[in-house]
Amino acid sequence: MATKLSPKEYVKREERLTGGHRLCAGCGAGVVMRQVLMGAKDNPVVISNATGCLEVSTTIYPYTAWKDSYIHSAFENTAATISGVEAAYNSLVRQGKVKSDKPYRFLSVAGDGGSYDIGLQALSGALERGHDVVLLCYDNGAYMNTGFQRSASTPLGAWTTTSPDGKVVPGKQQQRKNLTAIAAAHGVPYVAQASPHNFRDLIAKAETAFETPGPAFLNVLSPCPRGWRSADPDGMKLAKMMVQSCFWPMYEVIDGNYKLSFDPKDRKIPIRDWMEQQGRFKHLFTPEFEYVIEEGQAHVDREWERLKQLASLPPIAE
Amino acid sequence: MATTEKLMAVTGNQAVAMAMKQIDPDVVAAYPITPQTDVVQSYSQYVADGEVQTEFVTVESEHSAMSACIGSAAAGARTMTATSSAGFALMWEVVYVAASMRLPIVMTTVNRALSGPINIHCDHSDSMGGRDSGWIQIYNEDAQEAYDATVMSFPIAEHPDVSLPLMNMYDGFIISGAIGPLRPLSDAAVKDFIGEKPAVLNLLDSEHPVTFGPFDGLHGWYFEHKIAQNRAMEAALPVIQETYDRFAEVTGRQYQHLMCYDMEDADVAIVVIGSAAGTARTVMAKLKAEGLKVGLVKIRTFRPFPTAEIARVLSGVKAVAVLDRADSFGAMGGPLYLEILAALYHEGVHTKTVNCIYGLGGRDLYPQNIEDVFRMLADAAGGADLPQSRVYLNMKGE
Repeated sequence: MATKLSPKEYVKREERLTGGHRLCAGCGAGVVMRQVLMGAKDNPVVISNATGCLEVSTTIYPYTAWKDSYIHSAFENTAATISGVEAAYNSLVRQGKVKSDKPYRFLSVAGDGGSYDIGLQALSGALERGHDVVLLCYDNGAYMNTGFQRSASTPLGAWTTTSPDGKVVPGKQQQRKNLTAIAAAHGVPYVAQASPHNFRDLIAKAETAFETPGPAFLNVLSPCPRGWRSADPDGMKLAKMMVQSCFWPMYEVIDGNYKLSFDPKDRKIPIRDWMEQQGRFKHLFTPEFEYVIEEGQAHVDREWERLKQLASLPPIAE
Repeated sequence: MATTEKLMAVTGNQAVAMAMKQIDPDVVAAYPITPQTDVVQSYSQYVADGEVQTEFVTVESEHSAMSACIGSAAAGARTMTATSSAGFALMWEVVYVAASMRLPIVMTTVNRALSGPINIHCDHSDSMGGRDSGWIQIYNEDAQEAYDATVMSFPIAEHPDVSLPLMNMYDGFIISGAIGPLRPLSDAAVKDFIGEKPAVLNLLDSEHPVTFGPFDGLHGWYFEHKIAQNRAMEAALPVIQETYDRFAEVTGRQYQHLMCYDMEDADVAIVVIGSAAGTARTVMAKLKAEGLKVGLVKIRTFRPFPTAEIARVLSGVKAVAVLDRADSFGAMGGPLYLEILAALYHEGVHTKTVNCIYGLGGRDLYPQNIEDVFRMLADAAGGADLPQSRVYLNMKGE
């Protein structure tokens, strides 16, 4: 991973997503974007963005919050769109039709809906073809842009408008899909999971992703006060707790080798600690549905053990 | 250097792949589907043999093919793709996005029936469904026309008054897979005809970053964007003709929006799209020997539709049959019929009309079927009534 620098060094890097966008107070997406773009250093970037909160809030015609070139085409195809941009760049550079002092970086951005669900095929295709692109998922755990519908990333038991809790159903009935593992299974050179509360880690991972030749996938936790039914200022605190509980482990998969970026060891906290601060889990704190928290905890514990096993394997030589 | 090469015998798909190779676009992003497959296979071989500069993106679906084309064209690259049927249907959403971004992508749509039931053979239901997508649509009768249209595509699509994507159609299997004559241009003549891509705002100009595809919601300019698309489509009609004319200067092959055969003195006429025109001409020779005054109009430019021109061409005939190789369920007739009725009404032309549906899912269209239609029209010209509802040609059990 690229060297983590001090905050003083990072603030010298240009802000490439301007203020004045219309993301909600406390939204993680804008924070994630600014940190990830810092990882591009001073290389020009082309951003392809799936339909979603980030897109509608940053490109309200005739305005744009993006200082770099940006394209939004549809919901499920951002990874395919950036594939086309990268292919054009390679072709035009090869033919001498485009010249750039610094190499371009190509970034595809989607939420969990556009990555785990409707955009999974395009994401997989881009990873498999080996484009030199960074595919970023900002994961807030539901389709927040359209008013909180479940995605394959929504945690077990969470209320959403399409996984509502009722008299007999305790919210979402499935565990989360492990998209980071799916991305890693493509055998791409760099896959990482991160959280914006630890901005030095996220920026360094983004820098690594941009500078690694070939495809890289970044899955980044992104607090959503509206969908999580949490207080606006609490996003980073909650993200930190979700990492400390190992619900959202921070790790890298470099050429197939797993590496933990953070291990809470004996300070691992139970998932209920952050669940009780999010209204989307409120119904679970009742005698009839409390078992769902236990199921969720058992799943998180099991996945964490598996991850630790993977990270303890001797590295495979290149 | 000679402008044209000697006569060859190739399939429609080979002809188009050859034109693509001569154009040598910066990017091709495509997904194989019957009956377009040969185009993608041939192009893959050109790339493998280093015969083209093209970056070939072997996408995992047609939706991603068009999405990659959008990214590529927005990055300023000359971009091509090809598809058929279900592949075109899967692209649907982004076909509209490409047009709204005014990206001059060129696509070959080898016509094939839409499912279901699944059927791999020719009809026009795929591309007819895309007639309102904002793409220029050119239909071709044979391999030569498909080749020529491919060569003419970028000068039309990239023209600054137009800046729209363009799709070329030809009949699946009947043309795509059958061997026919082709007189190609030389490589140099193709390069010279298409010229360099005009410079436009694009994603790879780091001095001038640009946002493509912004959110244009409730209080935005969506409506005005759509009006601008239609204006570009109107502007395309003369640009297409100018390009046809310029092509004729190079090759001697003169194209028109509407190709008219024996229409000067025709009493009755058939209007048709694609390979069926060849069958119709064969029948006409026989009927003319009998003294019947029959004419034929073949539609090449379908979007933008040459409304005034079709009405003018048909104004002198007493009865017209419009042959549709697609249907519009629940409407008064197939898509071409509706278009022509509207044109005739708009221009105040009153002539007897009938709609014949043929060839769905690759059903054969025999010369006898065309002859029956001409004789029905001749009777109508003599005073008989034409059927008010669809006439199905070569239907089983008839």
